[in-house]
Amino acid sequence: MSGNHAIGEAAIRAGCRFYAGYPITPQNELTEYMAEHMRKVPGGTFIQAESEIAAINMVLGASAAGARAMTSSSSPGIALKQEGISFLACDELPAVIVNIMRGGPGLGNIAPSQGDYFQATRGGGHGDYRTPVLAPAQVQELADLTMDAFDLADRYRTPVVILADGMMGQMMEPVTFKTPPPRVYDESYALRGKGTGKSRFIRGLILDPIRMEEHNWKLFRKYQVISQQEVRYETHRTEDAQMVIVAYGTAARIGKGAVKRLREMGFAVGLFRPITLWPFPFQPLRAIAERVKKFIVFEMSTGQMLEDVKLALEGNAEIEFYGRPGGVIPTPAELAKVIAYQAKRNEK
Amino acid sequence: MKKVFGRPKSLKYAKFHYCPGCGHSVAHRIICEVIDELNIADRTIGVCPAGCAVIAYNYFDVDMIEAAHGRGCAVATGLKRVIPDRVIFSYQGDGDLAAIGTAETFHAANRGENFTIIFINNAVYGMTGGQMAPTTLLEQISTTTPPGRLARLDGYPIHVSELLAQLPGTVYVERCAVNSPVNINRTKKALKKAFQYQMDHDFGLTLIEILSQCPTNWKMSPIEACRWINEVMVKEFPLGIIKDITTEESFSCS
Repeated sequence: MSGNHAIGEAAIRAGCRFYAGYPITPQNELTEYMAEHMRKVPGGTFIQAESEIAAINMVLGASAAGARAMTSSSSPGIALKQEGISFLACDELPAVIVNIMRGGPGLGNIAPSQGDYFQATRGGGHGDYRTPVLAPAQVQELADLTMDAFDLADRYRTPVVILADGMMGQMMEPVTFKTPPPRVYDESYALRGKGTGKSRFIRGLILDPIRMEEHNWKLFRKYQVISQQEVRYETHRTEDAQMVIVAYGTAARIGKGAVKRLREMGFAVGLFRPITLWPFPFQPLRAIAERVKKFIVFEMSTGQMLEDVKLALEGNAEIEFYGRPGGVIPTPAELAKVIAYQAKRNEK
Repeated sequence: MKKVFGRPKSLKYAKFHYCPGCGHSVAHRIICEVIDELNIADRTIGVCPAGCAVIAYNYFDVDMIEAAHGRGCAVATGLKRVIPDRVIFSYQGDGDLAAIGTAETFHAANRGENFTIIFINNAVYGMTGGQMAPTTLLEQISTTTPPGRLARLDGYPIHVSELLAQLPGTVYVERCAVNSPVNINRTKKALKKAFQYQMDHDFGLTLIEILSQCPTNWKMSPIEACRWINEVMVKEFPLGIIKDITTEESFSCS
């Protein structure tokens, strides 16, 4: 199953009942999967929206009505969705946003890239907010994290971003779908008409600066809880490593291949893979730096996660960077060669 | 003594923030009267715009959500598709609906989304201080058309209702006004018809355009503003039913 299809199937199994999207490569298979399968689900809605902006705002409406809702796009389209993501964050409405990244800036190209790290992990839209960002590295993980994203979104009442790239979206791998836990959420916010109770409203406007400040701190406290409780990462052969590659998503897969090659060449190399890009696994990485003094950050960009790695290591270890932006996918052999060259140079 | 006039139950006991003579408060009131008369306050959800009515949730005693500028029809689409048995209305001004929200509005109409747009046309951006709106009349002075709107530079006033009436997805489009007792009564009747249609069917967009006076930004007294609608504005935007196929078989509930 392709990554894009796996996301769609996992979302429907997780109880997603509203999807709105707009065509953009390389995520079209996801929109098409939803078009075909969401219609078969009782109570399921698929809408091909007139724009990315309309799609995210439809998701906002559907979420306000209490549905599990999702939209997906690729880099330029995600930029357009930022208005709605900011509103979702302010309104504290759950939603899942899938970004199958491509090369940029501008229209860029349709090849896999990791240029949207800053946009995803720093909020992305206007205002003072964050969104949890999940970065899968296998199709299986795409499926699992899609289900988890809906849980996170409900639990914290926040938009959650799944950040993958064109390779993850297009790649085919076997998938087993786990049974998602039943949906647990506080229904009290959902607007379905006031019935016999009091009328409610969901708003993104708080004119009084003191009350807006209160709301900002309320969101901040929520983000602190997420930072403490939802950090996820994977380590690979770091136990005896003298050098550790830090990479996520597709780059981490390439990194894993490079570790194998470098080990064969006699280098004690490991891999640290953040699964949540926000919250970034600062502490676990810092813990490794107590022993390992050399890190290689590898990204399919000119260096964005690099800044978080620097924040995590606080000058306690040496950091090298290797990046291939623009949609170029380096091979594990290339990465291994670069790292081996650097290691030998440092030995001299 | 018999009570012949009172506050609609769906209108919250709150002081309007609108300027003296503004049409919004009248529009709010008659929408609430219609909600009361149809007895649907328990299952109505309104979408507020960005604009002067941005805090309309302070006045309507029904569930309300605020949309980003121009996105009312997209938010209403999401709501209605998830809870199709509820009555949904999107309350939007001319800038919101016909400039920044043109695509959302046009396509919601084209999909025949079964909600009601209440379109407040005052030919100006009110909240931001009187800039040119898509519906600003030719030669009308605004803060961004100081010499008056010139077609050659600023384009023409957009006739949203006539444009949307062309689409098969719209079933009932009427242009009304809230500048006189006669027009207010007609507006109320139109709103009631639109809500009733929405309740009885599962397809088709209903749109009520309301010409609404903005004395502050028109730099007129409230009386002058009401008169200006009758004497000037209706020449560009004539009142009346623009499209009504609510009784046609093809749009009956299937």
